[in-house]
Amino acid sequence: MAYTKDNNNNESNRLLAAVDWFTVFIYIVMVIAGALSIYAATTSSPDISMFDLDTYSGKQFMWIGLSFVIGFSLLLIDRRLYEAYAYPIYAIMIIILIVTAFVSPNIKGSHSWLKFGSFSIQPAEFAKTATALALAKLFSTYGFVLKGWRTYIVPVGIILLPVLCILLERETGSALVYFSLILVLYREGMNGFVLFALLCAVSYFVLVLKFAGTLLMGIPLGNFIVLTCVMVFIVLMLLVYCRSLILGRNVTIGYIAAALLAWGLSAMGVHINGYVFFFTVIPASIIYLLIGMFHDDLNKVLTTVIFAVVSIIFMFSVNIVFNHVLAPHQQNRINIALGIEEDLKGKGYNVNQSMIAIGSGGATGKGFMQGTQTKLNYVPEQHTDFIFCTIGEEQGFVGTSVVLILFLILILRIIAIAERQHTTFGRVYAYCLASILIFHLTINIGMVIGIVPVIGIPLPFFSYGGSSLWGFTILLFILLRIDAVRTEYGTW
Amino acid sequence: MIGGFIVVVVAIYLWKLFDIQIVNDKYQDLAVSNARYTKITIPARGQIFDRNGKQVVYNELAYDLVFVPKDVQEFDTATMCVALRTKPEAFDSLWKKKNNLESNSFYNSTTPQILVKDLDSIQIGRLNEILSHYSGFEIRERIIRRYKYVAAANILGDIREVNAEDIERDSDNYYIPGDYTGDLGIEKSYESYLRGVKGKVILKRDATGRIIGPYNDKKDDVAPIPGKDLYMSIDIDLQRYGESLMRGRRGAIVAIEPKTGEVLALVTSPTYDPSLLVGKERGKNYSDLLLRADKPLFDRAIMAAYPPGSTFKPTQGLIFRQEGIIDNSTSYPCYRGYINKGLKIACHGHGSPIALQPAIATSCNGFFCWGLYYMLNNKKYGGLEKSFTLWKDYMVSMGYGYKLNIDLPGESRGFIPNYQFYNKMIGKDKWGANSIISIAIGQGEIMATPLQIANLSATIANRGYYITPHVVKKITDVGTPKEFTEQHHTKINSVYYNDIVAGMRMAVVGGTCRGANLPGLDVCGKTGTVQNPHGRDHSVFMGFAPKDDPKIAICVYVENAGFGAQVAVPLGARIFERYLLGKTEDTEQEQSGQQQPGQEPVKNDSSTITQGATALESQPCDDSPWAPIKIPQEYAILSTTTSFLSRNGLYKG
Repeated sequence: MAYTKDNNNNESNRLLAAVDWFTVFIYIVMVIAGALSIYAATTSSPDISMFDLDTYSGKQFMWIGLSFVIGFSLLLIDRRLYEAYAYPIYAIMIIILIVTAFVSPNIKGSHSWLKFGSFSIQPAEFAKTATALALAKLFSTYGFVLKGWRTYIVPVGIILLPVLCILLERETGSALVYFSLILVLYREGMNGFVLFALLCAVSYFVLVLKFAGTLLMGIPLGNFIVLTCVMVFIVLMLLVYCRSLILGRNVTIGYIAAALLAWGLSAMGVHINGYVFFFTVIPASIIYLLIGMFHDDLNKVLTTVIFAVVSIIFMFSVNIVFNHVLAPHQQNRINIALGIEEDLKGKGYNVNQSMIAIGSGGATGKGFMQGTQTKLNYVPEQHTDFIFCTIGEEQGFVGTSVVLILFLILILRIIAIAERQHTTFGRVYAYCLASILIFHLTINIGMVIGIVPVIGIPLPFFSYGGSSLWGFTILLFILLRIDAVRTEYGTW
Repeated sequence: MIGGFIVVVVAIYLWKLFDIQIVNDKYQDLAVSNARYTKITIPARGQIFDRNGKQVVYNELAYDLVFVPKDVQEFDTATMCVALRTKPEAFDSLWKKKNNLESNSFYNSTTPQILVKDLDSIQIGRLNEILSHYSGFEIRERIIRRYKYVAAANILGDIREVNAEDIERDSDNYYIPGDYTGDLGIEKSYESYLRGVKGKVILKRDATGRIIGPYNDKKDDVAPIPGKDLYMSIDIDLQRYGESLMRGRRGAIVAIEPKTGEVLALVTSPTYDPSLLVGKERGKNYSDLLLRADKPLFDRAIMAAYPPGSTFKPTQGLIFRQEGIIDNSTSYPCYRGYINKGLKIACHGHGSPIALQPAIATSCNGFFCWGLYYMLNNKKYGGLEKSFTLWKDYMVSMGYGYKLNIDLPGESRGFIPNYQFYNKMIGKDKWGANSIISIAIGQGEIMATPLQIANLSATIANRGYYITPHVVKKITDVGTPKEFTEQHHTKINSVYYNDIVAGMRMAVVGGTCRGANLPGLDVCGKTGTVQNPHGRDHSVFMGFAPKDDPKIAICVYVENAGFGAQVAVPLGARIFERYLLGKTEDTEQEQSGQQQPGQEPVKNDSSTITQGATALESQPCDDSPWAPIKIPQEYAILSTTTSFLSRNGLYKG
């Protein structure tokens, strides 16, 4: 790319030319589709204009207009300012979050809104940008590399600080969003094993709760499956992670022999308790490994053993955590999502009605403004967290798949943008945005189609609300501004 | 890796969306059932007219306050109590009662429950003002019956709310709780025609249960089809006249048009005002009527099985003639009774020996006893079992012993004993013609309803056939049911009927029924004086007129009134006069019975009940003879025991 410094008037032209207009286009399509859906979700009569400022859609259009102004303004700010002021912005945001927790009025149980007269904003939506900037700034610090557990303290701290503040505001959903930034740590060098362990933790949690009711060999089926998984993971880790063919083979032979013996005994009428079986076989294999590890990669075999032990401890703590740590409404939401409990009138009402709304849309939907579930207010929070229902009901599978694919394209585009950044700052920031969008999309849509427990977070660009829209607009346009200077690389 | 993760998530979500939106139809149905609120519209019930097209029963609207428990949200009870004009405590207990499955067996949170029935105009006015603030409540229209005449309650019947049993038995799944169904009379037997077909209005309902408007532009609505009107064969004027004649008496009058089997009048006495079983007081009035000692709900014309007495004799004459036991000149001796092997059945004074026609005219006991004696003992049949079974089959062919299947509920079948019955009662080979001889004169075990006796009269008038008696002549758009056009021929050759007709004519001209000898009407008749172990004799008259072109056949049965000729014959004569000559002597009495439409309907207690009560007092008999008759067999056994005893004691000469 040739760059000529001869004409300063051309700078803004060059900038505009370098903006990723494809992303901007997707953004505009999404926000307008969102406002139309809000109009369909909240307006009872087509006689009312969608631009009427007394309606939700009218206000959303106003906020869209303002977010265009914000976005354009952000493009005009020198990119270096974002990097330079990343920490101060982060610090101010944290202070605002803490202040909010104490001064905010109680709105549906949460204290996350700052009121300015008739106008109120939710600082948690903007704290995402601040955290992303701070994280990007940290990683772009000269010589900063994730190596050794000490190097994790600061980035994890940067992520957890807003989480704690938002938990203080009792906005659990928004707080959970920050955990998606673990994906950024992974991209920046965190061991993939951590992600694997997290995945295992979630799976164990679900399995233990979901299959607590039935018994197999005298123990709950969920525990049985988890313990079987632990055995399989031990073998796989020995083979794939430790690359120890001999240990893997021997443990496998031991497990199979034990399983056959147990099967044979029970066929002969000897009753074997599941715990007796597993807690004979697994500790035996662990003792064998502890002896055998001295012939192999010590650290990796030790990791495998620790993984197995922690898995078992985790398994037994699931019920304790579920029953004593989670709030009743959180237990309910998990029960509903896992299909353990069906309470279509009470706790499961929202999800059931949202699934009816989406499911009744069929292939092509009932038509704009024709959804009965939507029009007759069967789905609560339909213009905010459950906006996807309106699309599902009125536009059908065509509408829902277009929206999902638009999001997929946007996220993949952002990842592509991340990868083409020449600076760590730009790359980390872009991954932060991608991770946050992935989390919102996965949780919000998973929730309305009944796969994920109800967690009250909005669908980016679609859900009604100025704070959410502006929060995501700022996140996106800062990235576009950072990205727009990629052509200037090497000039400063 | 991160990109791969989101691709997998989106793929899973697309698959799930494909499943719920395209593969699975369940959600479409659920959305429809969410948004649709189906309101049933009840059709107008068919009206009832008499044979001359006079309106007898018509509809009016009543209003109930109903609520759907699921849709009810917290509401202002105080204002509701003011609107309903009830005390808050009363409302609270009512509300609890209606919302409890134990006290309200129809309780269902999704269907309308009746809270207050038959709202008055003040309640409706007040409720209309406030109900828009009460989600889940509405005022529902209901049809109630209005009666133009204080008459024919036993024929018309009434309607009542369906009960759990009705719903369970209802094979068409037509009824839902809160519906009304015919309870007695033709309201019950013609329910499926009268009720019509329900329609539905489909409305759009939002999540709070509020109705937003019509669903799908009313395209799915179904209009109700009104019920069919009924044209009774009853002549309402004759019916009212009959009822007025029977006032103060107990018993029944049945009048049939012989050629068609159409029942012209079906009078039972005491009776009641049909309006008593309408409206708020229905439950109380119904149980009052049910508990009253003179049982006005018991339709004596079709439900009471009485011994037919001497009205039975013509059937015996017909059987003997058909079987060749006698011919027209065969005479049997009767010296003040049937005296045979030490058994004597007493008779009154008349010439002896006597032949068939004069025997009918004078109602001779001896003749028919001898006839039955010779028939049962006739060697040609090869034994008592065969001869008696043959006799029984003749009786059944004449409409005795089984229900005639009139189009009214609760008909009794009467009683005709068979061979096995006597084997059981007396003992096999221990009985013979003489032990049961009183059945020849309609006493003993024989039981018949006034309807069966009137039907015999119609059969004789028709010279050998009858058409199943029925009170509904025509159903609008449907016509006359086929079973009411078929002729049932008896096993007797029609020529023998002429002999009986001659005897019955003789009875009117110079025999026991002289009181019915109306000039120009050619009345034929037969009296009956039924011995009754419980009190005075029942007075019976059976007859038809005119002799050669019968227009009306009747049975008058008056309990504990003495000789047939004294009471039943004059009453029968009045009916003939009234129907054939249009004579109206006591119009005043009728006028008082007519309810002018628009006028306040005659309120219960005044007219009929008091009359019934005085009637009861005026009757000297305390042990009601029909009470055990309700179950004919039982009564038959009871009366047989008495007659059995009397055979061995009282009548022994």
